[in-house]
Amino acid sequence: MNIDKRIVDDLVANDISFVTTVPCKQLAGVIDEVEARDGIFHIPSNKEDEGMGLCAGAFMGGKRPMIIMQNTAIGVTINTLATLTQYYRMPLPMLISYRGELREPVACQVEMAVHTKALLAQMNIPTYHFHWQKDVEEFDNILKYTFMCNKPVAILTDANFWGGYGDQ
Amino acid sequence: MIRSEILREIAPIIRDHLVVCNIGLPSQELHMIDDQPTNFYMLGTMGLSSSIGLGLALAQDKTVISIDGDGSVLTNLGTLPTIANNVADNYILLIIDNGSYGSTGDQPTYAGKKTKLENVAEACGCENVITVQDKDLGPVLQKAIDDRKMTVIVCKCDSGNIKLPVITMDPVVIRHRFMQAVQA
Repeated sequence: MNIDKRIVDDLVANDISFVTTVPCKQLAGVIDEVEARDGIFHIPSNKEDEGMGLCAGAFMGGKRPMIIMQNTAIGVTINTLATLTQYYRMPLPMLISYRGELREPVACQVEMAVHTKALLAQMNIPTYHFHWQKDVEEFDNILKYTFMCNKPVAILTDANFWGGYGDQ
Repeated sequence: MIRSEILREIAPIIRDHLVVCNIGLPSQELHMIDDQPTNFYMLGTMGLSSSIGLGLALAQDKTVISIDGDGSVLTNLGTLPTIANNVADNYILLIIDNGSYGSTGDQPTYAGKKTKLENVAEACGCENVITVQDKDLGPVLQKAIDDRKMTVIVCKCDSGNIKLPVITMDPVVIRHRFMQAVQA
């Protein structure tokens, strides 16, 4: 199974046509796949809160949006999630690389990883954690759930899910 | 002229278009001067008026005007390269540049000192950047709307505020009403 293709197939099947990204090494393949699809408008952001603003506008313009980013972005976007996405009740699936989890080689990434789930829980953001590749089977349901309830929803994807960084 | 005087002057020009209005006093002023279903009032999230407007313009065909301030653009300076590199010809970014953080007590911004946002926008790759003095804004804005070419307008004006109430409309009502106007 090509995991990047599988994820983007689910985006297309759920009519998600506006995707903003802030890159991560783990997400490189899925970002390439988003860029390659004709049915998706891909707009890279310079910062994740900016991306959430773009997504809010696209949603009000009639498109289904999505943001792809690292978990470090949770530290950047708390205010935007609370006062824009949640306050105005907008749906936003957030595909998040969960850096600093099992098979992470960079120690500093752990410093935000230990706060990630607590911050999402504090924000009452529905959160799913993909650790095994088969967990992707839930992705389609999570996208449907997001647009049913009009909330930001987090999908944390760790290094094990993406196949690790090679020999470690 | 101060911002509220500018908004009063351009209200008839922007009334029939989609407007995303900056947090704080700008939204309160526009709401008091000419409340329209086509106005999206930001009640929080400083800095994102330009981003919300760009996303909206890229998602549909109607003209979108983001009313922003110099302080808010400085907060989200990364927006300018994103705008420059994702051209939407139905998008106008109107920066009311009074050189101060008006909603918080008129503290000076760097745009009121050495930094020229019009130069920043051009350096970021924005192709149609117009600098205009407050009293001359109306015709410039009307032409930008008529030309259907993505434009960044930096409108220089005086700092100063009027006393007015906060917006009490529920955010979901603002959003719902706005989305209905987008689809109409």
